[in-house]
Amino acid sequence: MRNKKWPGLLAGLLLAGISLFSQTPMTGDEPVQMADALHANGKIYAVVAVVFTIVIGIVVYLIRLDRKISRLEKEA
Amino acid sequence: MRLAWWKILCIVQLLIISVAGFIGDVPAKPILNETIRNYYFHVPMWFGMMIFFIVSVIYSVKYLRSGKLEHDIVAVEYANVGLLFCILGLTTGMIWANYTWGKPWSNDPKQIGAAIAFLIYFAYLVLRNSMIDPDKRAKIGAVYNIFAFAMLFPTIWIIPRLLESLHPGGMGNPALNPGDVDSRMRYLFYFIAFPGWAILGVWVATLCIRLKKLEEKKLQHA
Repeated sequence: MRNKKWPGLLAGLLLAGISLFSQTPMTGDEPVQMADALHANGKIYAVVAVVFTIVIGIVVYLIRLDRKISRLEKEA
Repeated sequence: MRLAWWKILCIVQLLIISVAGFIGDVPAKPILNETIRNYYFHVPMWFGMMIFFIVSVIYSVKYLRSGKLEHDIVAVEYANVGLLFCILGLTTGMIWANYTWGKPWSNDPKQIGAAIAFLIYFAYLVLRNSMIDPDKRAKIGAVYNIFAFAMLFPTIWIIPRLLESLHPGGMGNPALNPGDVDSRMRYLFYFIAFPGWAILGVWVATLCIRLKKLEEKKLQHA
């Protein structure tokens, strides 16, 4: 039964991976002020690190909650 | 406990979007500037809300047909998560509007429509909690939920599209117009940002449903 689940995960991850190939530099637009300096001196990574941490925190919290409820379901 | 595959997919997608959403290339557009990245975070809230409200109304109809209280629990919890996403969509929209339209609330047709939809669904929860008898509460709640869903059509899907608006897609679709968003951004949106946030909402809703069912069981045994 578990084998049936992997195609779903794999297909989802594949679609997720394909979209990363589309992240080529975008050119051709007229000059507009963007946060180029933030990207150039690497400070954007501070923002990425903060958001990444928040997402991980929320996910860990959800997983713990999921396990607690599973345990309660087993006891009931 | 092993994590279900869709939960793993959700985690991977959320981690990817929280990195690619900031580092990935976006088209340079006047007024929007870097705020265009909000597309990966603000728009999925509304898409998610629509999905949760659709699931909610389906289970309300199921409840009215079968009379099983589990169906009512599913309908309520999905409406709850839908409301949460609606609040997040409205707030993130106001933050975004503050920096692009000049002020957080400009009485835009899309803002007013979303606010009306929010109030209608909020009334669903108020109405339910005003009744003590579980069967009566479930039945009246389910009927109201169908009307609340019907009100989504004019408030979210029709009127905002007919009126002039600051929001993109004034005379068409607010989020899916080919000219509004670069096709490369759209890949990231459809395959990562939207499913990631939507599955996160489903995950939270399933946890709430399981908890509610445990509570019901406890009440029956007591």
